Amino acid sequence: MAEVDILGAINLALSRAMTDDPSVIVMGEDVGIDGGVFRATNGLIKSFGADRVIDTPIAEASIAGVAVGAAAEGLKPVAEIQFMGFLYPVIDQLVNHAGRMRNRTRGRLSCPMVLRAPFGGGVHAPEHHSESTEAMLAHIPGVRVVIPSSPKRAYGLLLAAIRDPDPVVFLEPKRLYHAMKEEVVDDGEALALDTCFTLREGNDLTLVTWGAMTRETLAAGDELSKAGIEAEVIDVATLNPYDDSMIAASVLKTGRCVIVHEAARSGGFGAEIAARLADTSLMSLLAPIARVTGYDTVMPLPRLEAHYMPSTARVVAVARQTMEYA
Amino acid sequence: MKLPAGTEKPVEGAVRSGAERCRVAVFAIDCRRYLETDGSPVGTLPDFAGDRDAVRELYAKMVLSRVFDEKAIALQRTGRLGTYASLLGEEAVGVGVASAMSDNDVLLPSFREHAAQLVRGVSLKELFLCWGGDERGSDFVGPRRDFPVCIPVAGHLPHAAGAALAMKLGNKPGAAVAITGDGATSKGEFYEAINMAGVWQLPAVFVVANNGWAISVSRAAQTRAETLAQKAIAAGIHGEQVDGNDVVAVRQVTSEALERARKGNGPSLIEALTYRLGDHTTADDARRYRDDAEVSRHWKREPVARLRAFMMQRNWWSKDEEQALLQRFSGEVAAAADDYLATPAEAPEAMFAHLYASLPKALHDQLEALRQGGDLGNG
Repeated sequence: MAEVDILGAINLALSRAMTDDPSVIVMGEDVGIDGGVFRATNGLIKSFGADRVIDTPIAEASIAGVAVGAAAEGLKPVAEIQFMGFLYPVIDQLVNHAGRMRNRTRGRLSCPMVLRAPFGGGVHAPEHHSESTEAMLAHIPGVRVVIPSSPKRAYGLLLAAIRDPDPVVFLEPKRLYHAMKEEVVDDGEALALDTCFTLREGNDLTLVTWGAMTRETLAAGDELSKAGIEAEVIDVATLNPYDDSMIAASVLKTGRCVIVHEAARSGGFGAEIAARLADTSLMSLLAPIARVTGYDTVMPLPRLEAHYMPSTARVVAVARQTMEYA
Repeated sequence: MKLPAGTEKPVEGAVRSGAERCRVAVFAIDCRRYLETDGSPVGTLPDFAGDRDAVRELYAKMVLSRVFDEKAIALQRTGRLGTYASLLGEEAVGVGVASAMSDNDVLLPSFREHAAQLVRGVSLKELFLCWGGDERGSDFVGPRRDFPVCIPVAGHLPHAAGAALAMKLGNKPGAAVAITGDGATSKGEFYEAINMAGVWQLPAVFVVANNGWAISVSRAAQTRAETLAQKAIAAGIHGEQVDGNDVVAVRQVTSEALERARKGNGPSLIEALTYRLGDHTTADDARRYRDDAEVSRHWKREPVARLRAFMMQRNWWSKDEEQALLQRFSGEVAAAADDYLATPAEAPEAMFAHLYASLPKALHDQLEALRQGGDLGNG
């Protein structure tokens, strides 16, 4: 049993999936001998060979397009896009092809593919390397959007994503790549998709988040606890399809909800969560649903990014305001 | 993927033309034709062209495509089919390409490839369903692995590379064959796909049906390049032109490309020179941007009459047989159209049925709302 960080867990899951299923291939820029720019695919080429760990030319649209074609013809490609900032040409393939191949052929063809991409800020990266535009991707019917937030969930959710018979965008919170270590048993056990995870239980307030912001949100939970406020922290994990039942159940208990995300506020996925709560839980709410998010600005370069990203202090402050409603 | 050996080798026969210059590469693009516009043969014909029945079959499929096309336009004009892209004048491209393919191959059509699809075994009814706005039209009973038509221009070309990759890695015997238009060669995915297929030496054939027009933008306004086939040179793959209105040539050139692909000798780019005799789609009016005189000139080169003349010269075809064939196909196409028109739409739930392999719990309430015939109310 090994203690691994999120990156190590991703590597472990890739290796496990490739060992278990010969139709799984890994492809992307620098995923071969270089092991990926973050080293997520480190060593895979040595274990599985250059036929199954494929360095691609720099052409993101076609990395996804090749994955679509290969998936429809029987492979299970796990394609890497180096940074979310370079993923936008891929949206055409996701919207127009991956997400609808099964539907438009009435089940005759399908796209069991995974598109991995690191996302989010806080690592002092150059421009275009820090955005969180997951809401754009979560708006695509037929495409799952899955985001892990711990080594165990990275391992279990990535295995689930690879085994899933439909396309999955797997967004990796790169700020957390090396942030924590956990014992991850490489037993090939996948976690369930399409469900949230309760990271902390509490009766006073529901904090909803995903990805790297689980860190600040859990820290806020600890901080609030010192003041006698017990927050429930829910990691959404699968943004599309989004199962709101666990969050609704939590809000039924707490009556208060703060949604935390790094992405810009307007049209962010927090808006969808809030709208659903307005539908399902209005009568349970004791306070307005609040959001702690990035601003509707361009993600700043590293010198200002700390001012953009929701901090533990911001989450605590908004949570306290929410608690002030009787 | 392992790179092919010898990619760093200097080009053979490099000519030194001075102290400061060294010619490192020389390229040429050939164009192939076996039948003149009047049907008379040029040079030595491929073997299959000496087989009366094989040629008659090619002819029959071109005629069937044209009869289908006429019916589809008629249905659209009378409000019984959706917007439709006519293949008039391009029958030889689809029939030539698809007739060279085997059951092991996979076709990736764009939206004007009804002829190729018919040859592959897609039924007339499925084509009508597809253009009539019913997803079941892409659930082909025949060629189960063939891709559905791709409407976003060039979006399917990387799919062809991907399908070919799956065939190569899976040691499957076939090749992926994509057909696209001249406008697609201006798109990034076109270059990306032929480039990747070249790097990995994939069993793929990319056919560009150059019909002269991308809606209203002429071939000359699309690119300064003399040929579209020469774009293969940039990708380091085989590229050639063929008279796309000569079904014998299209079939032969495609067969050779498939042979290269199957032998592991990599992908090919074929530019088939043809002409779109009709509008871009039923929503287009080509008179806004091109002269009738140009269209009339191209009618003299159209593929169906050309092959008919070839067959007549050999006494392989008669006016009576022509009449009988037209009558037979008119009947078959009308019956398929009637069958399509008599097919009720799917139940509305069908839009949920194939979105995912199994419907996620999160979508159950939306399905239920649809069943109740109303919007989602307050949960």
